[in-house]
Amino acid sequence: MKFDTIIIGGGLSGLVCGIECARSGRRTAIVSAGQSALHFWSGSFEFLGSQGGKRIIEKPLYHAGSLDPSHPYRKIGIDRTAALLDRTVPLLAEAGIKAHGSLERNHYRMTPLGFTKPAWLTLDDYLAFGNLSDLEGKKAAVINIYSYIDFYPRFLEAGLRKLGAECTSADVNVPQLDILRQSTTEMRATNMSRFLRDDAVDALAREVEKASAGADMVVMPAVLGIFSDEPVARLRRGVSRPIYFVATTPASVPGVRCQLSLRDLFIRLGGQFMPGDTVTRGDFQGNRLRKIYTVNFGDIPLEADNFVISTGSFFGHGLIADLEKIYEPVFGLDIEAAPNRDDWYDKDFYAPQPYMGYGVVTDTHFRPRRHGETVDNLYATGALLSGFNALHEGSGAGITLATAFHAADQITKE
Amino acid sequence: MNLQEQNISDNNFESCIKCTICTVYCPVTAVNPDYPGPKQAGPDGERYRLKRPYFYDEALKYCLNCKRCEVACPNDVKIGDIIQAARIKYASHGPSLRDTMLANTDFMGQFATRLAPVVNFSLGLKPVKYLMDKVLRIDDHRTFPKYSGTRFESWFRKKAEAAQESFTKHVSYFHGCYVNYNYPQLGKDLVTVMNALGYGVRLLDREKCCGVAKIANRCIDEATRDGENNLRAIREAVGRGDEVLATSSTCCFTMRDEYPHLLHLDNHDVRDHIMLATLFIYRLLDEGKARIAFRKDYRKKIAYHTPCHMEKLGWTIFSTSLLQMIPGVDFIKLDSHCCGIAGTYGFKKENYAYSQGIGAPLFDQIRASGCDFVACDCETCKWQIEMSAGVPVLNPISVLADAIDIEETRRLNGVS
Ligand SMILES: Cc1cc2nc3c(=O)[nH]c(=O)nc-3n(C[C@H](O)[C@H](O)[C@H](O)COP(=O)(O)OP(=O)(O)OC[C@H]3O[C@@H](n4cnc5c(N)ncnc54)[C@H](O)[C@@H]3O)c2cc1C
Ligand code: SF4
Ligand code: SF4
Repeated sequence: MKFDTIIIGGGLSGLVCGIECARSGRRTAIVSAGQSALHFWSGSFEFLGSQGGKRIIEKPLYHAGSLDPSHPYRKIGIDRTAALLDRTVPLLAEAGIKAHGSLERNHYRMTPLGFTKPAWLTLDDYLAFGNLSDLEGKKAAVINIYSYIDFYPRFLEAGLRKLGAECTSADVNVPQLDILRQSTTEMRATNMSRFLRDDAVDALAREVEKASAGADMVVMPAVLGIFSDEPVARLRRGVSRPIYFVATTPASVPGVRCQLSLRDLFIRLGGQFMPGDTVTRGDFQGNRLRKIYTVNFGDIPLEADNFVISTGSFFGHGLIADLEKIYEPVFGLDIEAAPNRDDWYDKDFYAPQPYMGYGVVTDTHFRPRRHGETVDNLYATGALLSGFNALHEGSGAGITLATAFHAADQITKE
Repeated sequence: MNLQEQNISDNNFESCIKCTICTVYCPVTAVNPDYPGPKQAGPDGERYRLKRPYFYDEALKYCLNCKRCEVACPNDVKIGDIIQAARIKYASHGPSLRDTMLANTDFMGQFATRLAPVVNFSLGLKPVKYLMDKVLRIDDHRTFPKYSGTRFESWFRKKAEAAQESFTKHVSYFHGCYVNYNYPQLGKDLVTVMNALGYGVRLLDREKCCGVAKIANRCIDEATRDGENNLRAIREAVGRGDEVLATSSTCCFTMRDEYPHLLHLDNHDVRDHIMLATLFIYRLLDEGKARIAFRKDYRKKIAYHTPCHMEKLGWTIFSTSLLQMIPGVDFIKLDSHCCGIAGTYGFKKENYAYSQGIGAPLFDQIRASGCDFVACDCETCKWQIEMSAGVPVLNPISVLADAIDIEETRRLNGVS
């Protein structure tokens, strides 16, 4: 079976690259084994949150200039990176997702544990503020759903108080959710979001309105709107105070929404999405990748002019660590990783962990190497790459998206 | 020795990281609060069950075995297999009379084809439905698939078999119970299409039901016996150089994957030779080994529905690509969404409402699509969609049989 472009991995990076390739009219396929890291999404994308010993930086684009030259942003070029990332908000909007923010200046989001973190883009409905002083003197009502255990109002309140807000807290319930309590394990955000529709939302709005009397704002766990904006809009209409959500995991409601919306946009643009299939190997001819093979297709090869590998880091199985070595399992691409297992991690749990910086080595066009030779028609994007520690520097989505747009541009402008 | 690797079971349940992603994509969790969900029913519950069978939860019977959880799992945990294996191993009482009846599709079929007019008539009667509902707990809202008067096998022996050996190339056909007893036309269509492409069709020697209904209803000994028989027949076919084609995604999936995973039947020597007819045909055309010509006057708006086991097989693209090759087709791909029937599941009274609830978004999308018919590779989806969305459903092979210019296709492939 022949395509123009085949992308391996359907997480944030593979989807965005696929959308751009399909949009240009290329016959594009995404092969993806299982769901991606987007399912743990906080509702905020990060570009650069801390750098050079500064725990929180305000002007990320400015600081990006002094990153190591091997960092993906520097390899693309800072101006070019910014231009590529400016395409994110319109692309998300096309998929039906509304977000805001700026590369010039970070804003802040709050984690479910009450920590303040810098962010580049945040979903419109989610708790975010431009300055640390913005919440001073505000009265916030932190409202949880009765018996929901993946949300910790006390931590969140402590975080809000630290920023000078006054807090009240309350649990609310609507009868439409009682059904979920029959299995104690099933009181999950994504499950609730299936039942919080139509009149259940009106009932919730009445409860929230009552429980937040006297407050300036409501803060709630993200438990509705998994398939559309309608339940959130409906809740807003029924509550007289602004409502802000905080995403909870496991399986985050905005994350599932984002994954499915991007996948649907890719399919609308003519892309072929093949879920639940694993690419196992490739056929190379000289420095070109000719064909790939998957578990489901057996000996039927998938051919393309260009390939993109966006299989993620350890979490996505783009990298595998066994007791002896770290490797890239599909093609055996060259990676940057310490040979000795003892050097992979730091015993101080909170220190930047070396293994998080490991990944596939590429040239300036993000073409990976195999046995020391660059593969001419293969691009690597996203968390699979080396040269950064996304968790430590707060740069996960920025790198994921910039390299995805960059690869797509090289393929479509060939 | 690598301890990490030695520590992983065949169903991979140790790899579960408790991310709950499977639960997001389970069609039953979305409608039935009594069901503990794939994570809890699968890898989480398994830890307890391994300690003490006492922890087995009868609610596992609500699992459709659709495998959508497995398609979503980022860590390749065989969640559906874990659940089905637990039902087989731990469920306290054996299958009821109803479950045994529903499971024995071939026995019921043999009986019913002989008496087809009577059976079809009486299965449609209100009092009969009432009795089935009350006594057997088969939901009276269900429309039963009609039994055909002539079995596909009988038709084949009488009308088609003699001509098949004049072909130089052959395939063997696993027709399944549905084609044999309920809808021989699909089998006839397969013969038409394969013959036009230059292939003679052979039947397997004494084919039995693939076993999917027996597995679902825990008639495991019978399923294993049938499976052994089918593997014998498949080996014989593969030995004479044939690929074994199926027109049902579920039969195909069961023989490829459920045989080794649930019945512990080793099929590794023939597994790759068991495939869907649409995959085989796509490949022939793609590799230039056969050619196809379509009628100029074929005009249809077709909506394709992806059956759950087709999603799991990962072969949707072969069926949809063939349909999209037909010049006069206006093609719509429906969202991949479980129809809710899951074989015999939706027939049971306790499941009927959930079954319809699961399928509701799909039925809405079909009705809104304005399609002439739905194309789909699974017979039970067909019953469910025809009954619930009121739109006819055709197997892609039947669509091809109707859309190809048979004379021209035969000529292109050198068939006289
Ligand atoms: C738990 C977690 C939470 C995070 N939260 C945030 C956040 O809130 N904000 C933020 O900015 N960043 C976050 N990040 C950083 C994150 O790495 C990036 O934002 C981004 O989601 C990575 O996307 P990706 O597409 O590169 O990889 P992944 O999302 O890991 O996707 C890789 C995909 O490839 C598939 N795959 C792997 N191997 C194969 C194969 N052989 N064949 C076919 N398919 C294959 C996988 O199944 C998976 O679907 C988070 C990371 C993790 C791990
Ligand atoms: S999706 Fe897989 S890893 Fe996640 S909870 Fe389910 S079985 Fe475990
Ligand atoms: S097989 Fe289907 S019904 Fe069963 S747990 Fe998995 S997703 Fe749910």
